[in-house]
This record gives sequence, structure tokens and C-alpha cells, in this order.
Amino acid sequence: MSGGSVAMRLKPPRERRAGTAAWAASWLRANLFDTWTNTLLTLLVVAAAALILPPLWRWGVAHATLSGTTRAACRGGGACWTFIRVRLPLFFYGHYPAAARWRVDLSFVLLAVFAAPVLRTRTRRRGLAVLLLVTLFPALAAVLLAGGVFGLMPVETNAWGGLMLDVVIAFVTVAGSLPLGVLLALGRRSHLPVVRALAIGFIELWRGVPLLTVLFMSAVMVPLFLPQGVSLDRLVRALVALILFNAAYMAEVVRGGLQGVPPGQQEAAFSLGLGWWRMQALVVLPQALRIAVPAIVNTVVDLFKDTTLVSIVGLADLLGVVSQALKDPAWLGFPTEGYVFAAAMFFVCCFAMSAYGRRIERQLAAGR
Amino acid sequence: MTGIVKRAAMIGALAAALLGFAGSARAQAPADSPTLKAVKGRGQLVCGVDTGIPGYAYQDAGGTWQGLDVAWCRAIADAVLGAPDKVKFIGTTSKERFSVLKSGEIDVLIRDSEYSFIRNTQLGLDEPAVNFYTGQTFMVRKSLNVAHLPELNGATICVLTGTTLETNIADYNRAHNIKINTLLFERPEEAFAAADAGRCDGYTDDGGSVAAARSTMKRPGDWMFLPETIGGLEPLGAFTRQGDEAWTRLVKWVHFAMLEAEILGITRADAMDRAKDPKDPDLRRFFGLDGDFGKLLGVDNQWALRIARDIGNYGEVYEATFGGSGLGLPRGMNNLFDHGGLQALPTWH
Repeated sequence: MSGGSVAMRLKPPRERRAGTAAWAASWLRANLFDTWTNTLLTLLVVAAAALILPPLWRWGVAHATLSGTTRAACRGGGACWTFIRVRLPLFFYGHYPAAARWRVDLSFVLLAVFAAPVLRTRTRRRGLAVLLLVTLFPALAAVLLAGGVFGLMPVETNAWGGLMLDVVIAFVTVAGSLPLGVLLALGRRSHLPVVRALAIGFIELWRGVPLLTVLFMSAVMVPLFLPQGVSLDRLVRALVALILFNAAYMAEVVRGGLQGVPPGQQEAAFSLGLGWWRMQALVVLPQALRIAVPAIVNTVVDLFKDTTLVSIVGLADLLGVVSQALKDPAWLGFPTEGYVFAAAMFFVCCFAMSAYGRRIERQLAAGR
Repeated sequence: MTGIVKRAAMIGALAAALLGFAGSARAQAPADSPTLKAVKGRGQLVCGVDTGIPGYAYQDAGGTWQGLDVAWCRAIADAVLGAPDKVKFIGTTSKERFSVLKSGEIDVLIRDSEYSFIRNTQLGLDEPAVNFYTGQTFMVRKSLNVAHLPELNGATICVLTGTTLETNIADYNRAHNIKINTLLFERPEEAFAAADAGRCDGYTDDGGSVAAARSTMKRPGDWMFLPETIGGLEPLGAFTRQGDEAWTRLVKWVHFAMLEAEILGITRADAMDRAKDPKDPDLRRFFGLDGDFGKLLGVDNQWALRIARDIGNYGEVYEATFGGSGLGLPRGMNNLFDHGGLQALPTWH
């Protein structure tokens, strides 16, 4: 709510204030009241905000409770954020043992360290940085999170949960599905009929089934096909399903990028004597991926939200943990708070991703 | 292919069981169970529970599993492995619960699931024991001054649509020639809010859900449960895979041990004291001082003592989850047989 910050702002000097007022008036006229339809729309929006915001403010902030440790503390009549506060570690780490949570924190720090050179726009050796991010980092994170070696207490994946699980799933899925998607896209444009048919078959099969059924298959059918006694980890099964499913989407996104690269580029590369793989890697793909960035970011944001679907196969992601929390008899009756919190967390993550995507796009456009 | 493998494994297990049976001179019940062996080898019980439902299986603010179903899981682990915390809980959704059990991913399913003919026969699952009897239950405002269901004539009840709840009320109305009105809702939260706001005089669902609904009311003390249920009995309990009788037996007798503890008046607090050289033959059998009851189940003879000491008797667990310290649902049908309830068990000798 920006109302507070406006009141706190320093008053501008008197002579400049007149100028500011005039500037504000002309801005308002130019942007909000320039035609009668816009004036009407502005008034409607203001009326709607006046109708919705005050009760929302009263519920979420003015009459809300944050202190205390039991539901008895929530007597203000507004939102009971105490419910969220007492379970915050659960929402972030799931059942990850409290004594080992530093390992999750460290993994996130490592993710930031490894991802920074990749995400920064001016990086000398981006190829190396990407390679480290998808090989060394997952290995380190897997050791840290799963444990069982170097004296680290083993933590079963069934204890992983909350927002951490969403991030793990999203990272592994992107890291797995993007390379697979690139291969599939190249395969789909290949002149070898068998390769092309296989790529098309794979893509159309996975795009043609809903994600929910794919996850159910992974949870319910796969164990029936495995020999008795052999059980594949639930998380691994879900991850494989998500990677295969999203690879099909990534393939189509990358194919869109490939089609945007003028054929002359490919011909020029051939005439320089480059082989097929080197031509793709050095000439075509860098341009194609650049074109595909907005669509890839879109797919990743989509995928991040899709990670909540794993809660239907019994994995406790953020939404799963929130719905579990709603069932605690000591805290029954706060579904709104729980879902608002989950929505806010997802919004923050997805907004950050799309903001980054927009920045990349602007820079790429400027570089053209 | 896998069918053949499974069949071969089963025939092997059967042959082994037969050989073992023939080999032992005494006609003991064979405690040779693949599931029991797997649990002991793993050092951990894998128990399928609900992903979250008040009373049966839920997580407290610290993330620890609690509930009536959860207590049974812990009791099995305590009997087999000697520690109630050697359990891995797998939250299962209603659609996948039976397939994860059949695939062997979990050892036992205790997930507020109703016992039924089809599940016993077609799905090939064993139904060892019922830990919660329920039925469609009514919760009404105390200010209504109603003690029994027929007196609800003319009252309005909040009901969820798309279930048998509504038709059960219609049938009851017809059979008793009264008129209980219904106000329909799509989602439980809406129905709770409507009941709380006074748009209806009561709320109905199965016993556990009504108890959960009551605890979301602004003043739970203003609401009471009616003793009658309609729409038939819903027995909820554990499920095991068929073909492993010894394991099914163990799951069953763990529940019976918790009932026996209540009958004998053994509680968590006094279990250790009562186990010190008691004279009562029932107590001696329970604590493993006489007879080989644990051995017959494939565990040691102190199994029941551990359950009573770590988990408590059935009444204590009910009290903490559904009873006064939990959702405030009276024992009703879940009382012991000699208190007018349905919880009964075979004798131990």
C-alpha cells in the first residue's frame, strides 16, 4: 500500500510545488482523462478500488493478527497471520529435519552463486557457467540435500517439502527438459526420416496428454510395472514425468526459434565448411535460443506453477504443505490465510522470473 | 511379465510357508510374512495415511504427524521394531491409495478408508480391523434444544451437494414423515460459514468431518452432536495386501492390543508400573509374562507393553484426536462393546 509512503515523502519547496502540481495535472489529463471513455474507465477503476481496497486493508493489515502462538491470539476479526508465522519453517522446508536445514540454505546460496554468471548479461564464458550450473551445482546440491555421504545425515526425499521442493522440481525439470527439448526440436527439423518421425511422435504424444494424467501414471502405474520389492523414489518418478512432459513443450518453443533464423545463416555456415553439429551449435542455436527467450521464460513460469500439481501424487510441495496445515485441528478455519500466503509466494517467484525475462528481451532487442 | 514374476514369487512364498509349516513339529501359526520381513530388514515401517484430515491424520505446527490412523501406524512400528518413530508416513490421495498399497510402496494403508465388499474381493485387499465407526452425523445449535434427530422436524440443515448426504435426509424424512429442510453448498468452507452465520440450524456430514466442522465455528461450545446417524454404518480401518495373512494378523492384533489395554485399564502413564509382576492372568498375558503371544505374531513378547507405554490405549488415543482434547466428538459407536459401542475384540486366551 503506497499511501503511507506518499505521506512520508518530504514536501517539495513551494515554487517547485506549483510546477509539480501543473505537471501532475497535465500528466493526469494526458493519461487518465484524455477522452471521455478513458475518463469513464478511470472513474470506474477508482470506484472499484475504493470499494475493494479498504475492506481488504482492514482484513489483511489493520485488524490482522501476527503475534502469539495459538489460534486464541487471533481475536482481531481480521486475517490470522499467526497461523502462517508459526508454520513458516514448514512452508519453506517441509519436513526437512530442523538440524539439517542449513543444508537447504547452503544449496540456495550455491544456486545463486552458480546462477549469477549465467543470468548476468555480460559474461565472458557463459558456456562454461551454464555447464557448471547444470552439472557441478546439481551434484553438490544433491549431496547436500540427500546426504548420506561425508558424514551428512541422510534425508529421504519424502521429508523434502514446501517451497524448497517447488524450487528443486522446477530447477531439475528446466535443466532436464531444455536440452532434451533442443534435441527434439533439431530432430523434428532433421532430414533423416526416422529421427524426424521419432521426434514428432514423442512431442505429439506428450503434448497430447494432460500433465495430471502423466503424474498419475508416474505415481500409480509405474510401480505396478516394476518388479516386486524394487521401488523407485516418488520424487524421482514425478521428476522424470515432468521432464519428459515439459521437454515436448520446450521442443516446440525452440523450434519456433529455429524457424526464425534465416536459412542464409545455415547456408553460410555450410559454405564455411562447418559440419552439421558445429553449424547448429555455433551459428543456428545461439540465434534461435535468443529468439526463443520470451517463450522459454513463459514456459518456465508455467512450469514453476505446475510444480504444485505434484501434491496430488502425495508429494508435499508448498501448496501441499499449506493444505496439510489447514487440516490441523488446533488451527482449523484459516483456508483464506493459507491460500493467500501460497499465492503471494508463487506471485513473487513468478514475477521475478518474468521481470528477468523482460530485461533480457530488452537487452537482446538493443543488441540487434 | 511382471504378473509371472509376482506369481512365481507368490508360489515360492507359499512353498516356503508350507515347508516351514511341515518342518515345525508344533502346529504353530506360521509368522512367516514377506511384509514383516521387509519391515524388519528396512528398520522402518512405511505407512500410507491421508494427506491431511482432522482427527485421522494431520500434522501439528511442528510438522509431526498426529491422529487416530497415525497412532495405529506408530503402534505397528512399536510392536515390530521397538520404536514408535520408526515410521515413514506417505500421504496418499483417495485416487492412488489402493494402487500404492498393491504395488508394495507402502506396507499398510490406514487412511480413513471405508471397508467394502468390492475392496475386499475385487481389489484383493484384506480388512484387518475397524478403528473408526461412523455414519452421517448431525451437529446442531444447542439453543435449538433438540436432543434427537426426529425432533429436527422443520429445521434447516447445511449440506454439501453431490453426495448421498442429501438423499439420506430425504429418505429419512419420508420414513419418519417429517420435514428436515436442507440448504445446499458446493464447498465445505462455504457451508461452515453459512452455519456459523446462522443461515441454518445445523450441519451434516460423516462423523469425522462434522467434528472438524464444529471446531471451525466461532464458538464450538454452542454446537452439539445428535446421537443418531443415518445412511448406514461406515466402518473405516486399515487395509493390507491379500496373500500375507501373518502381516494382516499383526496389524489386526495391534489394534486389538490397544482395545485390550483400555479394557484392562492400562494407560500410558501406568503401563510400566502395572507390568511389574501382576497377579491378574489377563495382565500377565498382555505384558508377555505368560504365553508366547508376541512370538505367534512374529514379534517379541513385550510388543503390547510397548504399545501401551508409548501410544496408550484406544480410549486415550481417541480422546486426544477426536475426543475432548481434540475435535470434541463423543465416543458413540466407537465406545467399547460393554459401553454400548461397537469396538469389540476376541479373547486372548
